[in-house]
Amino acid sequence: MTLETAKTVAYTAPTGVFHLTFLLVVFPLLGAMVLLLGGRRTNGWGHWLGCATPIAAFVLAVIEFFAMIGRSGSDRQIDQHLFTWVPVASFHVNANVLIDPLSMVFVLLITGVGSLIHIYSVSYMDHDANRRRFFGQLNLFVAAMLLLVLADNYLVLYVGWEGVGLASYLLIGFWHHKPSAAVAAKKAFIVNRVGDLGLSIGIMLIFSTFGTVAFDGVFNGAASGQAHSGTMTAIGLLLLLGACGKSAQVPLQSWLLDAMEGPTPVSALIHAATMVTAGIYLIARSNAIYDVAPDARLVVEIVGAVTLIFGAIIGCAHDDIKKVLAASTMSQIGYMMLAVGIGPPAYAFGILLLLCHGFFKADMFLGAGSVMHGNNDEVNMRRYGGLRTVMPWTFWTFMFGYLAIIGMIPFAGFFSKDKIIEAAFDTGGARGDIFGGVALLGAAITAFYMTRLMLMTFFGTKRWPKDVHPHESPKTMLVPMSILALGSLVSGFLLVYHDDLANFLTPSLGPVAPPATQPLTQVQFSIVALCVVLVGVGIAYWRVGTKPVPVEVPNQVTQLTKAARASLYGDAFNESVFMRPGQYLTRALVFFDLRGVDGVVNGLAAGIGGTSARVRRIQTGFVRSYALAMLFGALAVTAFLVIVRVGGRV
Amino acid sequence: MSEMVLAAAGGGTVPVHEAVLFWVLAPIMVIAAVGMIFARSAVHAAVLLAVIMLSLAAFYTAENAPFLAVVQVVVYTGAVLMLFLFVLMLIGVDSTDSLVETLRGQRAAAFAVGLGFAVLLVAALAGALGGFAPNGLGASEATNGNVVAIAHLLFSRYVFAFEATSALLITAGLGAMVLAHREPTEPKATQQQQMRARAARGGAAVGPLPGPGIYADHDAVDTPALLPDGSVAAGSVPAYLQVSAGRSHVDTTDHELER
Amino acid sequence: MTVGYYLYLSAVLFTIGAVGVLVRRNAIIVFMCVELMLNAVNLSLVTFGRLNSNLDGQVIAFFVMVVAATEVVVGLAIIMSIFRSRRSASVDDANLLKY
Repeated sequence: MTLETAKTVAYTAPTGVFHLTFLLVVFPLLGAMVLLLGGRRTNGWGHWLGCATPIAAFVLAVIEFFAMIGRSGSDRQIDQHLFTWVPVASFHVNANVLIDPLSMVFVLLITGVGSLIHIYSVSYMDHDANRRRFFGQLNLFVAAMLLLVLADNYLVLYVGWEGVGLASYLLIGFWHHKPSAAVAAKKAFIVNRVGDLGLSIGIMLIFSTFGTVAFDGVFNGAASGQAHSGTMTAIGLLLLLGACGKSAQVPLQSWLLDAMEGPTPVSALIHAATMVTAGIYLIARSNAIYDVAPDARLVVEIVGAVTLIFGAIIGCAHDDIKKVLAASTMSQIGYMMLAVGIGPPAYAFGILLLLCHGFFKADMFLGAGSVMHGNNDEVNMRRYGGLRTVMPWTFWTFMFGYLAIIGMIPFAGFFSKDKIIEAAFDTGGARGDIFGGVALLGAAITAFYMTRLMLMTFFGTKRWPKDVHPHESPKTMLVPMSILALGSLVSGFLLVYHDDLANFLTPSLGPVAPPATQPLTQVQFSIVALCVVLVGVGIAYWRVGTKPVPVEVPNQVTQLTKAARASLYGDAFNESVFMRPGQYLTRALVFFDLRGVDGVVNGLAAGIGGTSARVRRIQTGFVRSYALAMLFGALAVTAFLVIVRVGGRV
Repeated sequence: MSEMVLAAAGGGTVPVHEAVLFWVLAPIMVIAAVGMIFARSAVHAAVLLAVIMLSLAAFYTAENAPFLAVVQVVVYTGAVLMLFLFVLMLIGVDSTDSLVETLRGQRAAAFAVGLGFAVLLVAALAGALGGFAPNGLGASEATNGNVVAIAHLLFSRYVFAFEATSALLITAGLGAMVLAHREPTEPKATQQQQMRARAARGGAAVGPLPGPGIYADHDAVDTPALLPDGSVAAGSVPAYLQVSAGRSHVDTTDHELER
Repeated sequence: MTVGYYLYLSAVLFTIGAVGVLVRRNAIIVFMCVELMLNAVNLSLVTFGRLNSNLDGQVIAFFVMVVAATEVVVGLAIIMSIFRSRRSASVDDANLLKY
């Protein structure tokens, strides 16, 4: 099948090294099983095994990548059949692994960044007695995430989806003796559940519309236009709901900031680089569905735009370094959502930003972990200040990530984020202007809060408490950070060079459509974006850098700041709209159960008890009353016989 | 007998003499039954039951069951009812039964249910008996009479029941003996011990009780004995008999000698 | 008057006997009422025999008489021994099996 025809999807069978594709999932899964089931016996070497499995998967992924490059474009979608999972009449689901360009980049990201974070965790979790369990659960996460991106049908994708949700819950609540961590894990799981509901209903709708859940069947069916457009819009919106849950987009964004209760490697791997990008993967993979449901795609774009501003505003007011980075993740994923919402002109840019974001966000999270490690696990930036002198390596790696995220040339963000803003403007008309303007504003705010973070943490006066002696982190932590910093520097440039990434992803996402309009040339655009970013940096320096940072949280702040500190009232909204009515409903049901159901049951028992207390008085003990009963019985029997006979005769 | 049988063949009506017998005895029986259940003294009830049983014997005779009639008189009235009277004697013939009902509502319920039962039975029988014409028993006892015919049946068709019933009778007799037996807890007192005990009690006559005396006009049981001073000797007349004042001999010698 | 009148009489006597069992307290009189019931049944048996033109009714009535005699013997012995130990012949005294 060539690509010139209308996006007909056909997969080829595996040959050569692609027969080993399933090992990508199996390696970390085995690691997880050994570490979690082996128990304390594996404590001594558990962390090395935990590192070895994602590294092995990464090596295999690299081999497969080179093998894939060696093939021509149409042969790059390889589907390996493992076994038949659900062979029930018309509902036929195979457990297959599909390795095509889109899943290939995700696999490389997951295993590559994952391996680095695993190595980082060896010394970050050094003092924790449960380190082995940590690696087991982290391996479980990697296995589930790989299953998610390697699935060739929606049901196996859903298995991976749920698996990463589970791993996220386990890892956020890793220190389950802390009530705040346990609550945060529960919150993440429950909010994700809302999204999962949307996804599962969407899958059911897909099955009922197309008769199959396999990607090739669904996408071919969607492209052929056989389905009603309203159904396709519904499917698109339901998949979007699932993506919102997993990627912490509005309205399901409230869990991401609380998820920072987990250990920093978890925040880096799961809540920055990989799991939260699963939503983007889902929408990008389902591009065939969104192609025939433009209304759903518009909603995707709106969600992305809203979230990027939402996350940016929140990021400006928090003092917890990890929460600021989490808000920035929310905002960056909003950019990616905006990109996939724009459509064929920008799919590849969304994935590009995803990859670059994986590098620089993981880099910054690991840097934050290093800062915390050196400051007795303090997360409040008001107690940092002037750390660049005592933690130079951390400072410079963090700097690279910072420059990447604000979009400074030649770092990664410049190439990825600016392309998205450009694509937004290029859709033309009022729509293009609105979304483009929002994206540009978001870029300014991003520059502002990231600069604020840098100034509060690494510059300015030292505000450390008496017993804290910040020091540099060990090599096993610094080396992965450095590698990621390097990636933040070069990944953007390398991937955009000759449109390498876009061309590579064409078999999965279709060719990059030319922009509708082009109000400014590319160079002009870049200059405008840089100016906006510098304005943001300048404002941040003026507000934060010129005067000393107060250690106590100031109370004389604007309404907007107070709202941003409260995460724009996301939690308050959830509580009043969902939690309280739910509690009332539960209480009403409990009341009904206790009074109503138990009342009926107990009332029945009491009734029988009362009745028998009355009826037992028949047993008077007197022979004569019993004889009366006997005579009465004889009367009844005789009467019955007479009546029956009379009736029979008549 | 056979005339009665042949007469009964016609539409179920009975000959006049049987009808007369029935209409005389039936009310008597019913009144006796009602009286029996309301009698205060147990002996009265027993006597009324005897009336009923004897009337029944008469009915059996009228219904071509002479053997049964005789057995009714001899066994039922003669033995069973007398047994009742003996036990009454042992238990206390003067024990009267209070007719006040102690169980609440028992009497009313009993009458109601009884009335309903009677009505039901009569109605059922009336409905069932319409058009039922007996053929008479002539054929079954034509040759040798009622007793022989019953004997034929008893020893051929019902011989097992007969044997079982006789075993039952024997068992019942033994059972009654066992139930009524009182094991003496101490050895029976001899004559000497009884006399000694009587003398120790004091106040009781050691010798036989005084008789009427040589001046008595009668030696009836209710003629009291007189002591030397002319008073009536206590214990000479049983307590349940009245001293017949007319029989007490008053010494009129002085009166006569007063000439 | 037809032969059926004997049966009506038997029913009435039976009912009177049954009511007597229910109403009287003296054990001996209750027993006598039971005897009345048995006699009423005998009358109806003989009448049925006459109606069916065979002697089976009479033979069965005969057996009833024998068994009634047996029953009276044993029952009265029981009443006597109860009377000896409790000094009372009232059926209402045996009322311990109550609620």
